[in-house]
Amino acid sequence: MAEPLLSLEGVHTHIGQYHILQGVSFAVPEGGMTVLLGRNGAGKTTALRTIMGLWKPSAGVLRFAGAAIGGMATPEIARAGIAYVPESMAVFSDLTVAENITLAARSGPPDPARLDWIFSFFPAMKRFWHAPAGVLSGGQKQMLAISRAIVEKRRLILVDEPTKGLAPAIIEGMIGAFRELKRETTILLVEQNFRFAASLGDNVAVMDDGRIVHAGAMAALAADEAMQTRLLGLSLDSHQ
Amino acid sequence: MTDQAATRTGAADAIPQARLDLIPLALPVALAGLAFLLIGTPTTWLTLTLAALAMGMMIFVIASGLTLVFGLMDVINFGHGAFIAVGAYLAMTVLGPLAPLVQADSLMLNLAALALAALVATFGAGALGLAFERVVIRPVYGQHLKQILITMGGLIIAEQLLHAIFGGDQKAMALPTAFRGAIVVGDLAFEKFRLLAVAIGLVVFLAMQLTLNRTRIGLLIRAGVENSEMVEALGYRIRRLFVGVFAAGSALAGLGGVLWALYRETFTAAIGSEVMVLVFIVIIIGGLGSVGGCFLGAILVAMMANYTAFLAPKVALASSILLMVAILMWRPQGLYPVAKR
Repeated sequence: MAEPLLSLEGVHTHIGQYHILQGVSFAVPEGGMTVLLGRNGAGKTTALRTIMGLWKPSAGVLRFAGAAIGGMATPEIARAGIAYVPESMAVFSDLTVAENITLAARSGPPDPARLDWIFSFFPAMKRFWHAPAGVLSGGQKQMLAISRAIVEKRRLILVDEPTKGLAPAIIEGMIGAFRELKRETTILLVEQNFRFAASLGDNVAVMDDGRIVHAGAMAALAADEAMQTRLLGLSLDSHQ
Repeated sequence: MTDQAATRTGAADAIPQARLDLIPLALPVALAGLAFLLIGTPTTWLTLTLAALAMGMMIFVIASGLTLVFGLMDVINFGHGAFIAVGAYLAMTVLGPLAPLVQADSLMLNLAALALAALVATFGAGALGLAFERVVIRPVYGQHLKQILITMGGLIIAEQLLHAIFGGDQKAMALPTAFRGAIVVGDLAFEKFRLLAVAIGLVVFLAMQLTLNRTRIGLLIRAGVENSEMVEALGYRIRRLFVGVFAAGSALAGLGGVLWALYRETFTAAIGSEVMVLVFIVIIIGGLGSVGGCFLGAILVAMMANYTAFLAPKVALASSILLMVAILMWRPQGLYPVAKR
């Protein structure tokens, strides 16, 4: 069996006095999309931030592309090939769309062909190229945050709840964009919108109380209403 | 992705534009206008306004680095005054042996002496800034209370070291011949050194604006001031950037120290701590982390100080604080607040 692109083994993370991740273990195979599901407060965002080095793990092993990344600083983890789209989107409001994207292209000016590819599924980025990011709508900011993560090819993209607060029409557009993206890279998606996650995910891991309580194929979970109810408290049908 | 979906995500609304916030720019104009009405004599008003501009530029040169340091890493550096004092003492040390050039009746020779002194002071203060960041600031990242205590301690130690090295007496810093006196135009008298200070302040401001808006380093600084964590997640080492900005800010404080000492013509090791109250008022008024706001704040504070010193000397000392209170009641985050994460 091929070695996974990313793996967490027995990872614990403390934030102040709180013990958030309590021995998290799961793997993200290379290619496609793995979805991390779970209710609010399960530890999904902390898991992504721990992978990114924004919270330091207090125990456990994190490996990316065969190398241990648990003790590395965030910039080194990013340079190893991981891009991050945080829940808050964290676009630089005072910078224009062009400046936000240019900054994310570390190796030089963005490749025009790559930009055209991004504009093909996020045309708003071309239209608002010279607009300050701070005046974009929520959906446009999310597009910008994702564009920033993919302006140069990365091996793994961590995306934290991209549909949060977005209108259904924008979410439909996002599904198309992610389908395109997962053809060229690996995506680890944290999501609460099970319908969105089920339509895109290849693999799934479910978290509860800082632990992984289920891992497997997304198709199996999407087809098993009883398992959805047991793991997530709601079935796919209830989201329709 | 389908064309239909692309259109939907494209949000074919009007292109959003940044709201140009021009109201703060009207404040110095309004303040100058009000002062004109109260002072009554155009020549006096013009002299005071030019003096205010010169003072404002010097404070801006000193404060600009401090506002970026706070914006980038949330570091409160009360030791900034040490770099001002070191700049003044280094310039005095350089200008001493260059007395023949300083006293020569030649603008070029005077400028050469002044440029050399400013260069040594700028680089000396910058180098001290590097050491200060490494020894004093780095151990207390993210701990505001400790930052206040340790940077104030650093300032006290620096001042005492300057006393020990140079003596505790008041030092004189004579202006070069070409910058003494005033250019008289009719009833108006423009002090030459103040014109030079305005020119240097404008050059520093323009250089900073160009760096911040036209270079990749500037882009990183602006992004880092807003959200340093995301800059790191993009793969940039914010600590290195911060060290560079801290050194540059210290260097500018050194340059400001030279100008301030020449402006006052006498100084002690406390020259830095004396001006720091004004500096903190300026960066708070401007909006922490905002260079444009710092520039405007410096001009406003200097105008207020000069006009009130003439109109109501008894309230001159409190005028800057009153100005700060008024502005913060109007805009609690300062004139041009930086969007923070």
